[in-house]
Amino acid sequence: MVRKLRLLLLVLLVGAVPAWADVADVYDFDSRAQEVRFQNLLAELRCPKCQNQNIADSHAPISQDMRDEVYRMMKAGASDEEIVDALVARFGEFVRYKPKLDSRTFLLWFTPAIAVFGGLLVVAGVVIRSRRRDRSEPPLSPEERARAERILAGADSGGPAPRED
Amino acid sequence: MKRLLLFLPLLVAAILGVVLFAGIGRDPTRLESALIGKPVPEFKLEDLHDPGRQWDRSLFLGQVSLLNVWGTWCPSCRDEHPDLMRLAREHGVRIIGMNYKDQRVDALDWLRRLGDPYQVSLYDPKGTLGFDLGVYGAPETFVIDANGIVRYRHVGEINEKVWQDILRPVVEQARGNG
Repeated sequence: MVRKLRLLLLVLLVGAVPAWADVADVYDFDSRAQEVRFQNLLAELRCPKCQNQNIADSHAPISQDMRDEVYRMMKAGASDEEIVDALVARFGEFVRYKPKLDSRTFLLWFTPAIAVFGGLLVVAGVVIRSRRRDRSEPPLSPEERARAERILAGADSGGPAPRED
Repeated sequence: MKRLLLFLPLLVAAILGVVLFAGIGRDPTRLESALIGKPVPEFKLEDLHDPGRQWDRSLFLGQVSLLNVWGTWCPSCRDEHPDLMRLAREHGVRIIGMNYKDQRVDALDWLRRLGDPYQVSLYDPKGTLGFDLGVYGAPETFVIDANGIVRYRHVGEINEKVWQDILRPVVEQARGNG
């Protein structure tokens, strides 16, 4: 069963590749590495028109224009950063799927870390408090201990009579 | 103190509620232009009416203009057209048109039938200036001051309310400073 599932996942994984490969097929690349770089860039850039798609998936005309520009700049020898910056200069920070770290995006990047840290603080607080309570409880007095031993031995007479039913 | 701590979840929920409520009704498809405060990009485009004539960014120097991006393929452009006509006629606004990713014949026919609110019409069939301006659809309208600096970008159609509430204050401010 697990093996079958694994096989299915593998098929799905491999089958997904041609779905995004069709965009790149229109362009000619010098090397496989360049094509991979192109794909990675497209996947990181967000379409301003159809906002929840990257420009590799989107069929909006503006995404086509953006793909052409990425290709043109890449062929001209621009670095990934230069290409992304050129598009950000036109369309704004919005087109980055990985926004730069600044005062506006601080919470976006750090909320998960803050939440985890806060959770750890809460857990630590609970643990420390319960330990302190353990320590502050006084041990049994000699009389209490003697009675407890009697109860454990099954011969208690000081407490309520054991039920018999 | 412990009692007060019990109200913490309520407080968190209330704050979250306010934050989320503030987001309701906002249109996420309207993005602020990345060009605000920056000069109109360099361009060389043909005149829509006169193919021999070329325009560049000096077109925007000297007075405050609206740059309206439109195409005959765009239904909202059809909707806003009468409003543009009225703006040009009644408010004396200088409107520069940019025919975007369109056919010249269709565009000229459109202006003949519906009227021409534009003092100058640029023809951008490949969307080159559009791309440099970050245009991602039509209609879009830019307010450009007398120094050729982009002051504002409105995405979507223009109507009386948009003009009065949004564009007019920007235009008047640009006129005051320019």
